[in-house]
Amino acid sequence: MSTRVGVVLFPGTNCEHDVVYAVEQLGGAAEIIWHGDATTKGVDAVVIPGGFAHGDYLRTGAIARFSPVMGAVSEFAAGGGPVVGICNGFQVLCEAHLLPGALQKNAGLKFLCETVELRVETTRSVLTSDARVGDVLRVPINHFEGNYVCDERTLAELRNDDRVVVRYVRNPNGSLDDIAGICSTERNVVGLMPHPERASDPILGSGDGVVLLESLLHAAAKGAKLPA
Amino acid sequence: MPAFHAHVEVTHLPGIADPAGATVERALPALGYTNVSQVHIGKTIGLIVDAPDADAARAQVLEMCERLLANPVIEAYDVTITAMEQV
Repeated sequence: MSTRVGVVLFPGTNCEHDVVYAVEQLGGAAEIIWHGDATTKGVDAVVIPGGFAHGDYLRTGAIARFSPVMGAVSEFAAGGGPVVGICNGFQVLCEAHLLPGALQKNAGLKFLCETVELRVETTRSVLTSDARVGDVLRVPINHFEGNYVCDERTLAELRNDDRVVVRYVRNPNGSLDDIAGICSTERNVVGLMPHPERASDPILGSGDGVVLLESLLHAAAKGAKLPA
Repeated sequence: MPAFHAHVEVTHLPGIADPAGATVERALPALGYTNVSQVHIGKTIGLIVDAPDADAARAQVLEMCERLLANPVIEAYDVTITAMEQV
């Protein structure tokens, strides 16, 4: 039986089909989970894809955090289940306090839509377990609010606990410490601004996201618990 | 129950970058305003709450700020409560 990945759909989400397609291309089974359903449907992994959940009104992810599905996602994460938030999904996970910090408007106030280079900083996360530290991956970004911020204590914790998962080789948005993605203390919740699903086939310009999505599928198949 | 108007101002916490404020600060000198510094941009939220008294209204709006209206990780908030005139 293939690994089942639940892809959360809020009103305003717009990358869910890209994630479903990429997961299926890699041999996983994907299904959409509507934000109004307070369940993760027994899936092996959850992805919160990109878009503008609830219009991003007030702040990105601020309203989405209170959608019924988020209680179930929190429980799934607390049980060790792999959860990945991509772009708007990262913003939602921060608002939901499943990840620390917040995403601000890009420095320079430019909406960025380009392929960037990411450096893998740790393999101890559900999204990078199949990669190697130092790997440089070409993955697209597509955001206005990807400028990661947190207080000094949180930044020190992220660094000391090896929880910065990927950094930008050339910082495009002013993000603190070049951070492009981080993980939770248990390393099963990962948020990142770049879109691995848009780099899941050379025909898209890069296949470098495959190693990330395969890491997730492998973590999901193993029931997620990673060596600490 | 009496009605109160709440004026909520949400601003960046000290030390948290304010990209919008920084951009406006760079734009103002181009218009000849070379004596400007520390531009910061926040948002205001207005709402009316029915509550027994001003203190109760304030307590409830502060809770709203903590839970939804502001993100305490990066934002500070200030609440001003004004009694609405009885009709």
